[in-house]
Amino acid sequence: MAEFLVKNGFVYDPVLGINGDMVDVAVRNGKMVDASDVGTNATVIDAKGMTVMAAGVDIHAHIAGPKVNVGRNFRPEDKLFNATPGKGVMRMGGGHSVPTVLRTAYTYAKMGYGFALEAAMPPLLARHTHEEMRDTPIIDEGALPVFGNNWFVLEYLKNNEIENTAAYIAWLLRMTKGFGIKNVNPGGTEAWGWGLNCETIHDVVPYFDITPAQIIKGLIEANEYLGLPHCMHMHGNSLGQPGNYGITLETLKLAEGYKPKGDFGRDQVLHNTHLQFHSYGGESYTSKGFASASKEIMNYVNSVDNITFDTGIVTLDETTTMTADGPFEHHLSHMNNLKWVNSDVELETAAGIVPFIYGKNTFIAVAQWAVGVELALMAKDPMRCFITTDAPNAGPLYRYPRVWKWLMSLKARDALLEDAKYGDKVRNACYIGELDKEISLYELAMMTRAGCAKALGLSHMFGSLKPGLEGDVVVYPYNPETADDPELIEQAFGNAHTLIKGGEQIVKDGEIVSNGNKRTFWVNCKTNENAQVQHDISEKFKKYYTVTENNYGVSAHHYTPNPYVIEVDATK
Amino acid sequence: MAIITLNPIQKPSLLLEADNIKPDVFAGKSLDEIKALHVFMGTDQLTLGEFFEVSGDSGATAADTKIVIDGDISRVKYIGMKMTAGEVVVNGSTDMYAGAWMQGGKLTVNGDVDAFSGLAMTGGELIVNGNAGNYLGAAYRGDWRGMRGGVIRVSGNGGSDIGTFMRGGEIIIGGDVDVHVGTHAEGGKIVVKGDAKSRVGGQMVKGEIYVFGDIEVMMPGYQYRKDVDLEVDGVSGRFALYEGDMGERHPKKKGVTIYGQLYMKY
Amino acid sequence: MSKIVTDVVCPFCGTLCDDLEVSLSDDGKEILEVYNACAIGAAKFLHAQASDRITRPRRRQEDGTWKDISYDEAVDYTAKMFAESKKPLMYGWSSTNCEAQGVGSELGEVVGAVMDNTATVCHGSTLIAVQDVGVPGCTLGEIKNRADRVVFWGCNPAHAHPRHMSRYSIFPRGFFTGKGAKSRKMVVVDPRCTDTAKTADIHLQLEQGRDYELLSAIRVAFRGEKLPDVVAGIPKEKIYEVADTLKEGRFSVIFFGMGVTHSLGKNHNIDIAIAVTRDLNDYTKAAIMPMRGHYNVTGSGQVWGWQFGFPFCVDLTRGFARYNPGETSANDLLMRDEVDSFFSLGSDPGAHFPNESVKKIANLPSVCIDPHITPTTAVCKVHVPVAFVGIEVGGCAYRMDNVPIETRKVVDPPEGMLTDEEFLKKVLDRVREIKEA
Repeated sequence: MAEFLVKNGFVYDPVLGINGDMVDVAVRNGKMVDASDVGTNATVIDAKGMTVMAAGVDIHAHIAGPKVNVGRNFRPEDKLFNATPGKGVMRMGGGHSVPTVLRTAYTYAKMGYGFALEAAMPPLLARHTHEEMRDTPIIDEGALPVFGNNWFVLEYLKNNEIENTAAYIAWLLRMTKGFGIKNVNPGGTEAWGWGLNCETIHDVVPYFDITPAQIIKGLIEANEYLGLPHCMHMHGNSLGQPGNYGITLETLKLAEGYKPKGDFGRDQVLHNTHLQFHSYGGESYTSKGFASASKEIMNYVNSVDNITFDTGIVTLDETTTMTADGPFEHHLSHMNNLKWVNSDVELETAAGIVPFIYGKNTFIAVAQWAVGVELALMAKDPMRCFITTDAPNAGPLYRYPRVWKWLMSLKARDALLEDAKYGDKVRNACYIGELDKEISLYELAMMTRAGCAKALGLSHMFGSLKPGLEGDVVVYPYNPETADDPELIEQAFGNAHTLIKGGEQIVKDGEIVSNGNKRTFWVNCKTNENAQVQHDISEKFKKYYTVTENNYGVSAHHYTPNPYVIEVDATK
Repeated sequence: MAIITLNPIQKPSLLLEADNIKPDVFAGKSLDEIKALHVFMGTDQLTLGEFFEVSGDSGATAADTKIVIDGDISRVKYIGMKMTAGEVVVNGSTDMYAGAWMQGGKLTVNGDVDAFSGLAMTGGELIVNGNAGNYLGAAYRGDWRGMRGGVIRVSGNGGSDIGTFMRGGEIIIGGDVDVHVGTHAEGGKIVVKGDAKSRVGGQMVKGEIYVFGDIEVMMPGYQYRKDVDLEVDGVSGRFALYEGDMGERHPKKKGVTIYGQLYMKY
Repeated sequence: MSKIVTDVVCPFCGTLCDDLEVSLSDDGKEILEVYNACAIGAAKFLHAQASDRITRPRRRQEDGTWKDISYDEAVDYTAKMFAESKKPLMYGWSSTNCEAQGVGSELGEVVGAVMDNTATVCHGSTLIAVQDVGVPGCTLGEIKNRADRVVFWGCNPAHAHPRHMSRYSIFPRGFFTGKGAKSRKMVVVDPRCTDTAKTADIHLQLEQGRDYELLSAIRVAFRGEKLPDVVAGIPKEKIYEVADTLKEGRFSVIFFGMGVTHSLGKNHNIDIAIAVTRDLNDYTKAAIMPMRGHYNVTGSGQVWGWQFGFPFCVDLTRGFARYNPGETSANDLLMRDEVDSFFSLGSDPGAHFPNESVKKIANLPSVCIDPHITPTTAVCKVHVPVAFVGIEVGGCAYRMDNVPIETRKVVDPPEGMLTDEEFLKKVLDRVREIKEA
């Protein structure tokens, strides 16, 4: 296998404590090695005047699966005059907010990413998610099945049966080839089966007689019972509602007293995704009624050590929202009167999809932008704060570098507020005007790779250039010593000069030259035999599912031809 | 205004996609440069010069450039697509997408236009001295932003789906129209001087439709309000005003609900 | 002792029943019986056993007779046809698995084809409507477990989707619908008195072609606005009654079929039926679902969705994907003489297309991939028989509610026969060879 030596670059690796030093970085046989361990035949990449990091790790994006494909298929206008022909090893691609799988792969490659986590996989439709991930080249992916409204989970947790819940989760991860536990609007999405919702963590789920708070605590406990690589991945109740920060604080506090278990090195038991959407004060979306509550949220997050979060920063684009939070999307469709897809999945979950325009000249969109940016700027521990756009919910995937620009440059933020029609009102209603912090490249490396890899339980593979880790290296054409224009940030980080992934060169001189060796990550968690759970599974399939139990599991050959299976032993 | 004349010299064996035929592209180009512009037939990339004899001069800007096409180009799509200024005159019929996504200037077709002409237009004038195909001045698939500005004037008949998702601008049809007029409209004005079949103003949020002739089947969600005397596109007369579609959502302005308005001439 | 294969997935209609049991001969080579399937599904399995089945490709001679050719010759003919075409039309893609659809997509991209599937003459109008207004939907288990108001509009499942009512929509006893059919009110809207209509609680026998007006009237009724005395032949009292019935349900669902997708107004009928469903969600919970025909037409739209971004009518000729039914749709292309070769796989356009289109196919270089002799093979230049997906080869298929299920292989195909996927891969390789040469 090929050997690479990346020389003369400014290296940022928080795990190794390298902060912009000029260090040589080497890859051999697909893994990181000491620079002295590659031979003279190694391909030398001259990164002089450029930035070198481990490849990026995306902890939360909607990039593959049924609702993503709804977003593509029901938005032809998202691809109008926005499609590109194939070239070299690249196939054709298209789409602005919901790109085709090929364009998703190329976008990640050009942004220097090596791993991405599809944030919500409906278990019954898992094959679909896997087919899309299989057809997305280059980037390694995994997917989180959703659990927070699953009938098994609701029934077990109502009686606080953690062991049964855990056994069921382990079974479902095997069946769906899933990576971990996603929890979206716990209880609320089941209530949506009747057109209802759970707006606080204490609302009782119709018929199932359990509260979101019980579901959240139960899933944390089950997750730690199993000792999974990642923690319970939380999208709380009342997303997007003004004044919801109180519910968010209550949700976060449910994690108090829990400690991570298992062998994967993470410190957190709860990851709150797209925290921006959950950090609103005030009581309406108007400039008079809305307030940022990022400070209130971050005061709490900074005071504990067992919570991580990602930002979900609004990029001020026309985009497509998509989430398993069915009632929220219904609500959104009434706000903008645009087309609305809802898709409820028997016994398990739902999804809603609505196009949305975050207008630069509306107050609320810019205020939402501010809230997200504030969260990242207020985070005391960059190893627990990860930068996302909840793509495509708060903004399209390819906008990541623009978000980094905002975080790294006060000048860029000021320019945006200056340009926005209600910039001053946003300064008044939010904390953005008080914050002059600029994220450093060292911090960026934590927030986009080192921290994400750790939180996913993958720090033994990704997030650093430490010898032994995967040979995933990116070189960005960004010179931290000379760059003075924030626009250079956006340009450089969206156009990697070099990407080496799994020891193969994917991007060479800014061009994609290989489709790599994409892997699908899933967690095979062994538990003790559980007759009760086996019985319950059989019963549910006989009575309530519309597929047979034998036709539920995702087989390997069609769906995960190149798997990376993480073994977990929860039998002890 | 400088005039460039195109004479068709070869009929495409399948069809031609000629989105380059517009003043914005021709302006400032020599005849040879214009002849070398791309046209497409399926997977084949060809040149304009293979299909047209090109003469005259282009202006320095689009606004100074007039393109005259003498002859039948009923197998040529995208004439005047996205044009912003200047003028195009077709002495013959064109295929689909004439003046689609047009933003300004004037496109005159002395013949028929096929489907999707004036699609999602935002400005300018599209004059058809002949008949128009389906989806005239409609939205592109999936887009809720249909025609937003400009004028489309057809002397003959229109097809179905005129002004679907229309938000602004004006469409005037001299003759009859097929089903679905102004469906999902949220603004704009459609005048039909002949007869309409059915589904006029279905799911209309707001906007105006005028029908001089008969409507074969009225939508059930329209309610008669009053008679009004009006002059519409140079024609004076008494009209019955209906409002609807009562089954659709409607915005409120100063506490008053705004409906789509359907005027039927007596 | 015969051998029983369980959990077999039926490769016939969009209901995609997955509870079939197939008994095989001792040597596992012959299908003896098919249990749990409807008559159509069972016939498909048994038909695969026909003794006169074509097992090798055939090429039409000058005199109209067929001559057997090898698969390699068929691959070569197909590849050359594509290589020489400026605008090939690749049609069908509905009675095959997603794996074949995936290879076909790549082939279409390489040759610059227009790709269209059977939705174009079926639920394509639904796809257009969904693009315009979205769709509140669900999986069929939600209907089974929750629905207490079930509407069949312009469809006749008793004949077209025979097990739909028993498996999903009317008769099953679900979690919240313990009394089965008794817990549901069934409404059928159809100008004909079909066998489905005969079992309904309410049958609205509307005038043909007035679905849009009737659906609009229901919306007007929801809002309590006044209606003309009669709409679409239905008295207004009845319309108000049906509107109330739907609003009062805990979970209402509308299933619809080709009675609305391909009658006057097409996509607009579906658009407004979706609007009715959307309205209902302001009062209760409601969903709407197309009764998709071919067992994997849904999958075809999914595969193209993630590869190209569009569910049908995908024009790849310019090297990037474009979409506009009415222009890039198979029948429009054929009738307007816009394409110069024709390829069919997993469908029978000879039977489903208007005569005018079929005549055009007959005049083009053409290849038909189909296990059967069909009206399409009758007008094509080369016929390539293949293994039956879901019987002789497995692979993924999407049910009408977008639930993907992996179909099973029950028996081997006749010796030496290729699958759709294998044949397409060979053509793709050959096209690449020709292009590189």
